[in-house]
Amino acid sequence: MNWLVETGYFAAAVVFILGLKRMSHPTTARSGIHWAGIAMVVATLLTFLHPQIDGRYGLMLLAIVIGGGIAWYSGKKVAMTDMPQMIAIYNGMGGGAAAAIAAVELMRMSDNPALIEEHGSLALWLGVLGAMIGAIAFSGSIVAWAKLDGRIKKAMHFPSQQLINMIVLALTVYLGVVIAAVEPSSSLVLVFFGLALLFGVLLALPIGGADMPVIISLFNALTGLAVAMEGFVLGNAAMIIAGTVVGAAGTLLTQLMAKAMNRPIRNVLFKQFGGASSGEQS
Amino acid sequence: MIEGLSAVYILMLAAFVGYEVISRVPVILHTPLMSGSNFIHGIVLVGAMIALGQAETGMQQFIGFIAVLLGAGNAVGGYVVTERMLEMFKASDRNKGTGAANGINDKEAR
Repeated sequence: MNWLVETGYFAAAVVFILGLKRMSHPTTARSGIHWAGIAMVVATLLTFLHPQIDGRYGLMLLAIVIGGGIAWYSGKKVAMTDMPQMIAIYNGMGGGAAAAIAAVELMRMSDNPALIEEHGSLALWLGVLGAMIGAIAFSGSIVAWAKLDGRIKKAMHFPSQQLINMIVLALTVYLGVVIAAVEPSSSLVLVFFGLALLFGVLLALPIGGADMPVIISLFNALTGLAVAMEGFVLGNAAMIIAGTVVGAAGTLLTQLMAKAMNRPIRNVLFKQFGGASSGEQS
Repeated sequence: MIEGLSAVYILMLAAFVGYEVISRVPVILHTPLMSGSNFIHGIVLVGAMIALGQAETGMQQFIGFIAVLLGAGNAVGGYVVTERMLEMFKASDRNKGTGAANGINDKEAR
């Protein structure tokens, strides 16, 4: 059955690229999402035959029904004007899923060091990187959602924000290096995820409401990258290709959106960090 | 399974594809395309299922379960939202001809 699964993943990756291509032209956009949707269903169904999976099919179905059901209901019900925050929350879910995959794989490696040999150290490094990016996209997207939904009213600023952000980021990267280079112990992994989540929140908090679509697009690109990294760890080409394509397309899209707003992306991200211009945006 | 460097080549080529594929996208499609690419990284669901399938301890199973839950939310939610956006696109396209562009632009300005 392995060849069937692999062929299905290959076809899905091709259709995703074609679908994205069609989605970038007004007349073909609708058929693009339909194509991609069919490819996603096929890839998901084929995964039930995946040779690396041994059991727990009931849990899988339950999780898909709960997660998919809630998302389907909320996606159908939401008002057209509230779409951007829904994109943010679904994107955050993708980032969270990538981070959770990394957590499971890191825990397995920590329990059984022979697995590291089997996967190769490159997969370990990329897995840790993907975990960090996914966790940042997860918490950042949730903050973006909360802001657009009116749950957090203002752009938040506090003294030496830029410095604190940099320290948190540096600590996260340091722990990531320790995990990948020395050993993936469970307690370290926990602190690492905590710090990465905190950085995502800190990154999104000072951004003003008008800049939010650009930031959501950036988190979207980051989630794509995280998915690609976890694709490495699992040796799954469909995830690597789809994730990287989204990562690159999302990065370009972020630049285009920032340009359409006449605001360089660096301004959006860093201008309010120092607090020098904090008055004008809040 | 894909071995070491060949995976890096896949990554590099896919990055160029992603960049080229949407390089001439009109402004009216920015938000739907963001939503569409958000759906496409819903393929993370497949990885989440594999991770849950490989999980050993109770803790790993729990986190794997969460991963599948979130991944399914990403894929299904991304599809529904993109579909609805592009549907509006088509409806206004039919009724008002070139008015479609204005409709989407209004939404994006908000």
